[in-house]
Amino acid sequence: MASNFSRMLWSKRSVGLLSLAGAGSLTAAVLLHRDRVSAGAPVRRSYPASAEYPDLRKHNNCMASHLTPAVYAKLCDKATPNGYTLDQAIQTGVDNPGHPFIKTVGMVAGDEETYEVFADLLDPIIKERHNGYDCRTMTHPTDLDSSKLHSGLFDERYVLSSRVRTGRSIRGLSLPPACTRAERREVERVVVDALAGLSADLAGKYYSLTQMTDKEQQQLIDDHFLFDKPVSPLLTCAGMARDWPDARGIWHNNEKTFLVWINEEDHTRVISMEKGGNMKRVFERFCRGLKEVERMIQEKGWEFMWSERLGYILTCPSNLGTGLRAGVHVNLPRLSKDPRFSKILDNLRLQKRGTGGVDTAAVGSTFDISNLDRLGLSEVQLVQTVVDGVNYLIECEKKLERGQDIKVPPSTKAN
Amino acid sequence: MPFGNTHNQLKLNYSSDQEFPDLSKHNNHMAKILTPEMYASLRDKETPSGFTVDDVIQTGVDNPGHPFIMTVGCVAGDEETYEVFKELLDPVIEDRHGGYKPSDKHKTDINPENLQGGDDLDPNYVLSSRVRTGRSVRGFCLPPHCSRGERRAIEDLSIQSLDILDGDLKGTYYALKNMTDDEQQQLIDDHFLFDKPVSPLLLASGMARDWPDGRGIWHNDNKTFLVWVNEEDHLRVISMQKGGNMKEVFNRFCTGLTKIESLFKDRGHEFMWNEHLGYVLTCPSNLGTGLRAGVHVKIPNVSKHEQFGEVLKRLRLQKRGTGGVDTAAVGGVFDISNADRLGFSEVELVQMVVDGVRLLVDMEKRLEAGQAIDDLMPEQK
Repeated sequence: MASNFSRMLWSKRSVGLLSLAGAGSLTAAVLLHRDRVSAGAPVRRSYPASAEYPDLRKHNNCMASHLTPAVYAKLCDKATPNGYTLDQAIQTGVDNPGHPFIKTVGMVAGDEETYEVFADLLDPIIKERHNGYDCRTMTHPTDLDSSKLHSGLFDERYVLSSRVRTGRSIRGLSLPPACTRAERREVERVVVDALAGLSADLAGKYYSLTQMTDKEQQQLIDDHFLFDKPVSPLLTCAGMARDWPDARGIWHNNEKTFLVWINEEDHTRVISMEKGGNMKRVFERFCRGLKEVERMIQEKGWEFMWSERLGYILTCPSNLGTGLRAGVHVNLPRLSKDPRFSKILDNLRLQKRGTGGVDTAAVGSTFDISNLDRLGLSEVQLVQTVVDGVNYLIECEKKLERGQDIKVPPSTKAN
Repeated sequence: MPFGNTHNQLKLNYSSDQEFPDLSKHNNHMAKILTPEMYASLRDKETPSGFTVDDVIQTGVDNPGHPFIMTVGCVAGDEETYEVFKELLDPVIEDRHGGYKPSDKHKTDINPENLQGGDDLDPNYVLSSRVRTGRSVRGFCLPPHCSRGERRAIEDLSIQSLDILDGDLKGTYYALKNMTDDEQQQLIDDHFLFDKPVSPLLLASGMARDWPDGRGIWHNDNKTFLVWVNEEDHLRVISMQKGGNMKEVFNRFCTGLTKIESLFKDRGHEFMWNEHLGYVLTCPSNLGTGLRAGVHVKIPNVSKHEQFGEVLKRLRLQKRGTGGVDTAAVGGVFDISNADRLGFSEVELVQMVVDGVRLLVDMEKRLEAGQAIDDLMPEQK
């Protein structure tokens, strides 16, 4: 790992980086152990912490639950080596008090070091959000060996489509809430360069949001590939939509089964999908594509942000670990009306969403069913959970069709 | 401070060309004026509070343009912004304020005695009259950049000062975050309540951070004098009433402003002001007087006349719908106000509105009676 970094230092960056005061972001990455990340220059402040502490009395998000005045006072004068501050990290949670039913995270990372410098706040948030995962003592398993997945073929009378997504961040470049225009363009360049090296069923094309023709845009909309400027205040308040649509784009393979979003909510979002129920093939392509892209960026001296304690590092703490959401669109007309449906999903560690994705309602009786967990379990384990879980749901549906009763499966509380 | 552009050192790892925004599809003052050379010369600077050129222009980068209005595309984060980034802001100001030069001096005149007439606008046509301006408290950062502590300090100062006002100006402060439902409804019914900004022009500059912390509305018991705290500027001061007595509105406006200014001075604070730019506000478009004096006037005939636009231009007036900026007129009722802010004094601007609206009403009466208005066409002011 260290040799990669020194290659990066000399070949990738202008000399100016080496004169960056304090530990630069690259050297900090080498030293990424909580005790050894040096914070950047202290924050200029003219009021005491108590005068700056946000009013969180009407708030219901993870940040508000854990940001006590004492924690705020301890952290408010710190900054990451890139200059990212606590106030910046929590801005989205201050501006968005929360949904009565959904507890949002309420903070974001501006760079990899955010998770170290502000660990006093982020560690308990991570624990709460990820089902008790204690990142001070536990390690996260990464496993992208798709051959380990069993029986990933769903009954296509019920499963209409299958999809696996995750995100990846490029080590050494700031994340979407904090990146400068040049950094964002660098992310685009690095990733597009790597994707251009993909071949066979993964060969594809990049469509930059700034240069797309009307025709290309329409095609991407029809394919349900096009992402638009974020409108959710959760994202805009974190600064992720700055300079839109500069350096944003969509890459997909010619077969339209492997898709990469660049500089939307994360540096990259990687999606493998297809119609029908062949989750095994979707996951196989997912793992293969990811490994190929990783290999390609490593050839140029780059790597993904990853650590033993947090797995893959992404902008939102909710996406740490695998960052993986494996899901299907599945038709469950009887089961979805059964009062035990939610409990069954819960015990299977699955969640339901409408077919428009998060925050949408189901249309008819077709649901988006996916894994709840992200951190503390490997990719293989999570996709297996979805495979086993969805098969169970389909069995329930079939039983109800035959007039038989169904059983709520035992709880499989993770960790 | 708050948005991701303020760690200047990180940006300087990249060349100016690598950081320069793509303004090829943009149509705002900033985009017309900011060249790569200018950006290169400004990008390693910051104001004493840490505001950078990228902070200044973020709103203009994020908002390529408005279909009807040429927007400014930059904001100030503190008083020093106008000095440190004058290379960009002077030409923007010149463009926006009719050729106002860096060497020009701005005249401030809030002596209401100097206004001629204005108590005689026909209330059958002029439904309401209003004068607004803004004030910034020297020594504090402006809404795009201020911290929560600063914003609260401004609110505290404002409450202390406004609480002392008496007589016709005696009133109450309603903090946005403590408002009861009843109070909120009353303020909505009175058309006083301002809401969290939704315009991307404002959101992109960071003005809505921490909403509604530190924000509030003060108004006098008579509901004719109103102060908004920490919305788009530190203070927005509004004097208004039904009917056409602009003189009375302006009287109250000047009296109130002068009193507030002296109350702030008693507490050791003054307003941001200088000889060149007049009163300093967040948006360069509001420099000078920051004053918009306007009426809601019923001019269904005049407004349909082919010369309407030309008349307004010559009178140095602008039209808006009755919902304010970016709205359409309803039922022939227009919001008519001064187009200028800088380079004319407060008295001069209100005079233009008074004289101009009087003329528009005369024209309306002529057209109602089926008569021509050619002889009433004004000269270019």
